[in-house]
Amino acid sequence: MILGIDVGGTHTDAVLIENLHVKRKTKVPTDEKNLLNSLLAVTTDLLKDEQLEKLERVVLSTTLSTNAIVQKKTDRVGMILISGPGLPPSLLPVQKDSVHIRGYSNHRGAEMAAIDPGEVVEASRRFREKEIQQIGVVGKFSTRNPKQEGTVRDLLEGSFQHVSMGHRLSGHLNFPRRIATTYLNESIWRRYNTFISQIQGFVRDQGINVPIYILKADGGTFDIEHSREFPVQTILSGPAASIMGILSMARCRRDAVALDIGGTTTDIALFADGVPLLEPFGVTIEGHKTLIRGLKTRSIGLGGDSRISVTDGGLQIGPVREGPAYACGGPCPTPTDAMIVLGLTGIGDASLARKAMEDVGRQMGMGIEDAARAVHEETCRIISAAVTSMIEEVNNKPVYTIHEMLEGKKLVPKTLFVVGGPAEPIAPRLAELLGIPAQIPEHAEVANAIGAALARTTAEMTLLADTEQRILTIAEDGYQESIPARFTKADAIRIGQDRLREKVKGMGAREEDLEIEVIEDMEFNMVKQFYTTGKNIRVKVQVKPGLIAGFAAGGKP
Amino acid sequence: MTKKPRKTGLIFFPAFDWAISPTHPEREERLLYTQDQVFEEGLLDFENIIEFKPGMATVEDINRAHICVPDARSVITESHLISAGGAITAADKVLRKEVDNAFALVRPPGHHAMLVVHGARGFCNINIEAVMVEYIRKHYGIRKVAIVDTDCHHGDGTQDIYWNDPDTLCISIHQDGRTLYPGTGFQEEMGGPNALGYTINIPLPPRTSDEGFLYTLENAILPILDDFQPELIINSAGQDNHYSDPITNMRFSARGYALLNDRLSPDIAVLEGGYSIEKALPYVNMGIILAMAGLDYDSVREPDFNAESLRQSDELTRKIERDVAEIRKLWKNRYSFKKKMVGDSRYARRQKGIYYDTDGISEHQEETVRICEDCGGLVLIDSQADTGNRIYAVIIPRHACPTCRREGEEFYGKIPVQQYSHVYLQDRDKDNFQVKSR
Ligand SMILES: [Zn+2]
Ligand SMILES: [Zn+2]
Repeated sequence: MILGIDVGGTHTDAVLIENLHVKRKTKVPTDEKNLLNSLLAVTTDLLKDEQLEKLERVVLSTTLSTNAIVQKKTDRVGMILISGPGLPPSLLPVQKDSVHIRGYSNHRGAEMAAIDPGEVVEASRRFREKEIQQIGVVGKFSTRNPKQEGTVRDLLEGSFQHVSMGHRLSGHLNFPRRIATTYLNESIWRRYNTFISQIQGFVRDQGINVPIYILKADGGTFDIEHSREFPVQTILSGPAASIMGILSMARCRRDAVALDIGGTTTDIALFADGVPLLEPFGVTIEGHKTLIRGLKTRSIGLGGDSRISVTDGGLQIGPVREGPAYACGGPCPTPTDAMIVLGLTGIGDASLARKAMEDVGRQMGMGIEDAARAVHEETCRIISAAVTSMIEEVNNKPVYTIHEMLEGKKLVPKTLFVVGGPAEPIAPRLAELLGIPAQIPEHAEVANAIGAALARTTAEMTLLADTEQRILTIAEDGYQESIPARFTKADAIRIGQDRLREKVKGMGAREEDLEIEVIEDMEFNMVKQFYTTGKNIRVKVQVKPGLIAGFAAGGKP
Repeated sequence: MTKKPRKTGLIFFPAFDWAISPTHPEREERLLYTQDQVFEEGLLDFENIIEFKPGMATVEDINRAHICVPDARSVITESHLISAGGAITAADKVLRKEVDNAFALVRPPGHHAMLVVHGARGFCNINIEAVMVEYIRKHYGIRKVAIVDTDCHHGDGTQDIYWNDPDTLCISIHQDGRTLYPGTGFQEEMGGPNALGYTINIPLPPRTSDEGFLYTLENAILPILDDFQPELIINSAGQDNHYSDPITNMRFSARGYALLNDRLSPDIAVLEGGYSIEKALPYVNMGIILAMAGLDYDSVREPDFNAESLRQSDELTRKIERDVAEIRKLWKNRYSFKKKMVGDSRYARRQKGIYYDTDGISEHQEETVRICEDCGGLVLIDSQADTGNRIYAVIIPRHACPTCRREGEEFYGKIPVQQYSHVYLQDRDKDNFQVKSR
C-alpha cells in the first residue's frame, strides 16, 4: 500500500493505493493555520481499519515552501557573491544583505582570481551584527568549479545556523538564477526543517514506520531526510502533483495536452511521448527566476467561475473570479452558467443560470440560448488558443545544431486530457477546436494525491570533463577528480550513470525505478594554434519524471 | 550609468555540429564559451533580450546577392542557409518592429564572399550580410543602407558586391592590408565609377587599441553616417580585433567593442570573424549584447585585461589622426573624382584576380560597368576559374535607368552561350534571376 497526500492551498487530497488500484480516497479542506490538522484528518480517514504493516511508503506534496515564499514568511539571508566581471551587481537579484567579494572562476572552471579570506571574515562579522543566521554563497561559474564556494563556506564554519552553496542546488549555468535559488533555499530552510520534524513526529505517533517521500517541482520525489538540505526543490509541487496524476491515470505514451480547469484558472501542461515537459531553465515563483527543475505549465486566468462582463457588445471572461456560478449562489454570470443553460451539466439552479445568461444576452442583443452559446464558444476559444500558442512556443524553441534544426522533434499532441470541475461539459468543444480527442481520467478529483503517490525519485547530474586540464567536475555533487588525457565521452557517460544511480538510491529510489537516460552528450576539440590540446566533454544524465515501476508499465490505479 | 533599455533580438546559432575541419578556427567549439557566458550571465532572462530561432535562407535569397557557380546549391551547405537565415530573421524582427535592434550571433561568417562565388574564401561561402540586405530591400522597400564592417580583416566580399551601388555605403575598418589577409582595403579603393566614395576603407596600423578605434569611430565613421543618412545601419561585427586574437595583431578590448556598438547603435549586428574563442568571444559578445540592449556594460572585462599593456603608442595615435583627416577629405570631395577617373568613356573596366584560400581556387575576372548618371549602372562580368568554369553575368542594378536595363537585356540575349559554361542574368530591380547554359 502507498499513501499519497497532497496538501493544497484549498483542499487536502489523499489516496490509498493497493495492488495498482485506488483503494480509498478522501478530500478535506486545508487548515492553513495548521497543516498537521489536515494531515491528521486524511490519514485518520484513510488508515482507519487498515493494516499498517501493509503500508510501504508515504508520499507527501505540500504547499509549505510555496506559501512561505508567497506570504513572505521567510528568514533574512546574508548572501556572499563571488560575481567577477560581467553583469554589474545592480542587475543581479537579491540586493538586500548581499556582499560581493573578490574571486573568479571562468567558463572552464579555471581560477582567474583568488578569494580574499579577509573579505569573507568581514562579511561574516557584519552579518552576525545584523543577527542574520542563514547564509547563501554563490559564485559565477561555480558549477564549473565549486572550490571557491567551498572555501567561503569553510571560512564561515560554525558562525551561522546554516549555509547553502549555489553549486549544490543545480548544475545549470545561470548566475542570477543561482543567486535567487540559493537565497530562497536558505530563506525557507528553518521553517521547512521545523515542519519536517513535526511531520516525522506525527507519522511516528501514528505508528507508521515506513519511508516518507516529498514531492518536488519536477514531479519526482526525494526522501524526507534528504529534503532537509534542499527545501527550495519542493516549491510548486502542487501543479506537478496534478500533472503526474493525469499521467498515471491516462497511461499516455504519446504527445498530449493536459488541462486542469478550475474555478479561477486553467493550467496547461504538455507531454512529449508521455513525458511531461520541463521548464528549460527553471521555474519562476513570485517573480524569482530559479534554477529549480520544474514541470512546464502555463496558467491562464479563465475558469468555470470567471466573471463575465460585456463591454461594447464584446464578451470579457475572467481573469477575476467573484465567487461561484450564479446558478450556485454566486454574484455574477460565469461560464458554468452558460454550460448549465446549454444542458451540458446538471449542477446548480437552472433557472438562476438562465437569468444570468438573459442578463448577458440583453447586453449583447441576443436571446438566452444564443448568449450561452456565445459564452461557451468564447471560453473554449480562449483556452484552445492558449494551448495552441504554448505548443507553438515549444516547437519554436531555439536549437543549436544543424541536426536539430533539420530533424528536431515537433510536438504534435494526439490526446487532450481534461480534469477539474468543468471538465465534462467543456471537453467536447475543446477537442473539436484543437482537433484532438479528449479524455477525462478516472478519479480526477484526487489527481494530485495519486500523482504524489505514484511519482518516482528523480535527479539529474551535470558532468564536465576537460582533458586538457585533466579534471572531471560534477556540479551538483561539488565533486572533482583527475582524469587521464585519453578520457572519453563514453567514460563520462559511464561515470555519470554510476554516480547518478548511487545518488538516487541515496535519495530513496528503488532499484526497479532507476531508469537513467543521457540527455546531453557533447564533445568539442579544444585547439591551440591549430593543434588539438584536449577535449571539452559535456554530459547530463537524469532519472526523468515518471511513475514508479508497475504503473509505468501500464498498470492503472 | 543609467541608460534607456532597448528591446534586443538575439539570434543565436552556434552550429555545434559543423566545422570546416576538426582543428580549423571555424570549428564546432567556436561559440561554445560564448554560449556558456550568455547562459551563465542569465542574459536571456532579461525581458528586453529576446532569443529567436533562425529561419533558413532560400536559394532565391542567395541569388539576389550572388552569382554562384554553377549554382547556389553546389557552393553551400545547410549551415550557410541557417547562418544567412539567422541574419534574415534578425532583419525581420527589427523591420517588423518586434524589437529595436538585433544581433545575429551565427556561424559560419560571410564577409569575404564576393559577388561571384566559385568556392569558399576566408572561411566564407556566401555573404550573409549581403543576402540579408537584398532580402530587406525586396521585402521592406528600404533603399539606403550602411554596412560598417568592424572585423579585423578587410570586408572585401561586401565591398565587391556593393562596389557599384551608391545606395549602399560600405565602411570597412580593419588591420592594414599590408600586414594581414586579404591584403586589400586601402583608402584608394573607393567604389566603381557610378558609386565613387561609397566604399570607404579605413586601414588601421597593427597594435591599434581602444583609443584608436573609438577615435576613428567618432571622427570618421559617425560624421560620414550622419551625412549619408542611411535608413538602416548594419554592423558586420567581427571580433578578431581583440588583443588576444591568434590570427591578427590588434589591441581592441571587450569594453571597447561594447562602447563601439553603443555609439554606432546599429539596427542589426551580424557576427563575422573572431577566433580567440576562449579569451575574447565570451566577453566581447557579452559587451555587444549589453550595449545593444542599453544595459550597463561597465563591469564587462576580460579576466586578464590590463589597460597599461594594451596602450597604443603616441606615434600610432598621430598616424591614425592623419588618416582619419584624409578619409574625411575624400568623403567630402567624393563627387569631384568621377570626371577625373572616367573622362569621356562610356564603359569602365577592371581586371581582378581572386584567390579562394579556403578551397584553393584561382579566378580571373573582368568587370565592365556602364558609366551612368541616372543609376548605379549596368555591370557585366566575365569570370574564369581554374576549376574550368567560365561564366558571364549581366547585372541590372536596383532602380536601373531605362538605358541600362535595355542594354542589359540585350547583352543577356546575345551573349553566345557556347563560350561559357553558364550565362546569368541578375535583375536586381525586377528580382529576376535567369541562367542559360550550353
Ligand atoms: Zn576577420
Ligand atoms: Zn543607368
